[in-house]
Amino acid sequence: MSNKMHIKMNVNGKDEEFLAEPRELLIYTLRERLNITGPHIGCDTSHCGACTVTIDGKSVKACTMFVAQASGSSVTTIEGIGTPDSLHPLQEAFKEHHGLQCGYCTPGMITRATKLLEENPNPTEEDIRFGMAGNICRCTGYQNIVKSIQAAAVEMSSAKEAAE
Amino acid sequence: MSVHKSRPHDSGPLHVTGEARYTDDLATPVGTLHLAFGMAPVAHGVLKSLDLAPVRAMPGVRLVLGPDDFAQMPDVSPSPAPEPLLCTGTVQFHGQPLFIVAADTHLQARHAARAAGIEIDELPPILTIDDALAAKRFLEEPLEWEKGAPDAALTIAPHRVQGRIEVGGQEHFYLEGQAAMAVPGDGDEMVVHASTQHPSEIQHKVAHALHVPFAEVSVQVRRMGGGFGGKESQGNALAISCALVARKTGRAVKMRYDRDDDMMITGKRHEIRIDYDVGFDDQGRIAGVLFDHYVRCGWSADLSLPVADRAMLHADNAYNLPTARIRSTRLLTNTCSNTAFRGFGGPQGVVGIERVIDHIAAELNLDPLDVRRANFYAAGAVGQTTPYGMQIEDNVINELVQELSDTSDYTKRRAEIADYNARSPVLKRGLALTPVKFGISFTLTQLNQAGALVHIYTDGSIRLNHGGTEMGQGLFTKVASVAADVFGVDSAQVKITATDTTKVPNTSATAASSGSDLNGMAVQAACKTVRARMADYLCNATVLWHARDADGHDLLDRDGKPDRREHSFNCAPADLIFNGDMVSDGTNTIPFWAAAQACYAARISLSSTGYYATPKLEWDRLKRSGPRRPFFYFAYGAAVTEVAVDTLTGENRILRTDILHDCGRSLNPALDIGQIEGAYVQGAGWLTMEELVWTPAGRGNLGGALSTHAPSTYKIPGCSDRPKTFNVALFQNENVEDTIHKSKAVGEPPFMLGISALMALQDAVRAAGSDVMLDAPATPERLLNAIETANGAGW
Repeated sequence: MSNKMHIKMNVNGKDEEFLAEPRELLIYTLRERLNITGPHIGCDTSHCGACTVTIDGKSVKACTMFVAQASGSSVTTIEGIGTPDSLHPLQEAFKEHHGLQCGYCTPGMITRATKLLEENPNPTEEDIRFGMAGNICRCTGYQNIVKSIQAAAVEMSSAKEAAE
Repeated sequence: MSVHKSRPHDSGPLHVTGEARYTDDLATPVGTLHLAFGMAPVAHGVLKSLDLAPVRAMPGVRLVLGPDDFAQMPDVSPSPAPEPLLCTGTVQFHGQPLFIVAADTHLQARHAARAAGIEIDELPPILTIDDALAAKRFLEEPLEWEKGAPDAALTIAPHRVQGRIEVGGQEHFYLEGQAAMAVPGDGDEMVVHASTQHPSEIQHKVAHALHVPFAEVSVQVRRMGGGFGGKESQGNALAISCALVARKTGRAVKMRYDRDDDMMITGKRHEIRIDYDVGFDDQGRIAGVLFDHYVRCGWSADLSLPVADRAMLHADNAYNLPTARIRSTRLLTNTCSNTAFRGFGGPQGVVGIERVIDHIAAELNLDPLDVRRANFYAAGAVGQTTPYGMQIEDNVINELVQELSDTSDYTKRRAEIADYNARSPVLKRGLALTPVKFGISFTLTQLNQAGALVHIYTDGSIRLNHGGTEMGQGLFTKVASVAADVFGVDSAQVKITATDTTKVPNTSATAASSGSDLNGMAVQAACKTVRARMADYLCNATVLWHARDADGHDLLDRDGKPDRREHSFNCAPADLIFNGDMVSDGTNTIPFWAAAQACYAARISLSSTGYYATPKLEWDRLKRSGPRRPFFYFAYGAAVTEVAVDTLTGENRILRTDILHDCGRSLNPALDIGQIEGAYVQGAGWLTMEELVWTPAGRGNLGGALSTHAPSTYKIPGCSDRPKTFNVALFQNENVEDTIHKSKAVGEPPFMLGISALMALQDAVRAAGSDVMLDAPATPERLLNAIETANGAGW
């Protein structure tokens, strides 16, 4: 039970190093060991997406990944995407377009949406529906979540064009 | 004016950065213990022995409490009928808590909870409505209300049909599961942080379990990750368990249900069977209707009586029933104890009459919308009463439906869909418009009260507290805008604080859609008290204040002394204007903070409580004599849903939804539209895809386990299930009653707009040539069966 493993990972730009049981679930590592509580525990079984983080460029549900599997990788949570003083366009859009109610799904939603927009910077409404299918919201009926992602996509595209 | 504006949710900046804290995110004190329940592995039986020694031997376990550890079993019930925290003798449902494990970590507690030696003499469980009827397992005697002489009306009516609809329950699936943390204080004090809609009830239940006065227990709730009624009573068990273990160990104690445990233990929306018998004329006008509600309550009372009552109260929906008899039978089963869920029985009542209307339309071969219109409460008529006996005084359903029918092109689309269906052999479309009229107020009159506490500080900032809880609905944002409006300041200047039983006592659950109605009025009353005190002083004295810079530092005059200003206002106190962060008589103007500073210096109290009790209510559930007014007013709405069904698989999609909904003069249109969209999708989910399945008896077990106890098997609407086109508008209206800024409650009423999805599927099934009337949820399996039945191939 107590065969601890040496884990190294980069979380939100910061190198972390600790000993952990290899079967420790990544969500517990983040929330209880590293005090990163933005990713939430919703269903414990990788269906709801409240715990979504980005690992080496891929969207991952942290409730069903062992910390051993994440060792050596780079993890981004909602806390690494923006801060209240410097919001990511998606964060700004979810706030302004009412893309949230209780807010419990929001960190996972936005974290997933950052990857969706990287994969597909100009998604159609249909692309967003399917790209966000792994994240459940019980409050909003998704209408304003889709609107928020569309608004952020437009904002990010025009910012990119301006930069080019 | 800070009200009637679309302001974003106050917690938005925290939600989008992950900084908003829920109960499970709170920093825990050193040595915090974590709890899990050991749960019954069968649905019904006599507990013969419970060996907890193996549990105590598991790693990390610090304390195990079984039924024998209590001289008196704590009660978790929200109703007068007791409900024991742990099973005491007879197991009543699969998943019932048998014992409490306290361990160093959440997972250790859950592992240890599986280690007990449990011996149960299993008994056949009562699972279904039929089982309960056969066994005569009634929670109380059936309740019956009658209006006029329905039997005579049915006998002479030109047409008469009978039918039945079975409507399944619904899991709340709040994204944040149940959670609580108790922190012991000095002496008998206990602080409880809980994800609850009802902090006062948690306070009472914890105090009762600890045998201490209510004053020793404080309960705090900053926010919930969704509630939907599922956190009205279902958090009691966790909070009590945490407090008990905290008292015994002196440590902080936290409990969070794992999702599977949450779905197995906590109650759900009540499943209902509705039998009906209706008489009507050639236009489909109802002459009389008999409803028999059979309500599956689960194993204990919980809130089932008022839920079933509200189903009866909504058996008319928006229709004038000249004669009616509504009978409600409340059944006990060996399943989790069903509880509050958005609409609180109302949706079940409304589904019943909407089915009746569809059945009449099918019988007469009329468009169901025409039958609906023929039966609406008449516009402007006086003396119309509900079957319970309440006068209808604020009816807007006729004009609302007319407007929606026009804006959604109902008539044109009805023809287009008929044309499409004639040409499309496999895909069939369906269209339905359904209305809602929903009564606003708690039926139990005493719950219709609220308190608030408002402080103004000398820098002009405002701290606000009230009895309502925030679960995402935007209550705090709305209430802050009410306070800001009274003082003429920006909403951002109003600090919103966690609900706390030590600040506002004796609160009602944030439920029955009443949050902003009750707490908005209480907050406004508190703010007006303080403003009146301020105005009285300011208009009757020379006002002295010190100028400050933007950072709040005193400005200095040329002599290096504080820059003293003097003003006199020339108006009556009632005419003093609070607007734009300033106080003014029209000529002299000072900043709001300067007014607060001057009042403080003159020893004027800048803090007040406020209180509100809803007027006019008269309720007697046995419907004896006297005035009958269970509701202060009604909220109205309607939805048109268009669906497409694949007749080879039963798969279906919502293509388009148009909604027109009455929020009175909306306090915050953006938040209200968000509530409407979410409620519609949740309501459509209930009736089209969310299916609860309990295992039947077989293969060596007697059945009764909830097999849909995770989102892998229980399907709630996802992003791709929402309507492809979704138009939501607010009906231009204002509340005829004196509510907060003439607004109307919005939490529950639009949930029933989802019924249009079920009726649209029914329409598509008819287009496929089947006259099978659908039960709910109308899953693809049920739709296919209905269609295949018409082909003689149903199952």
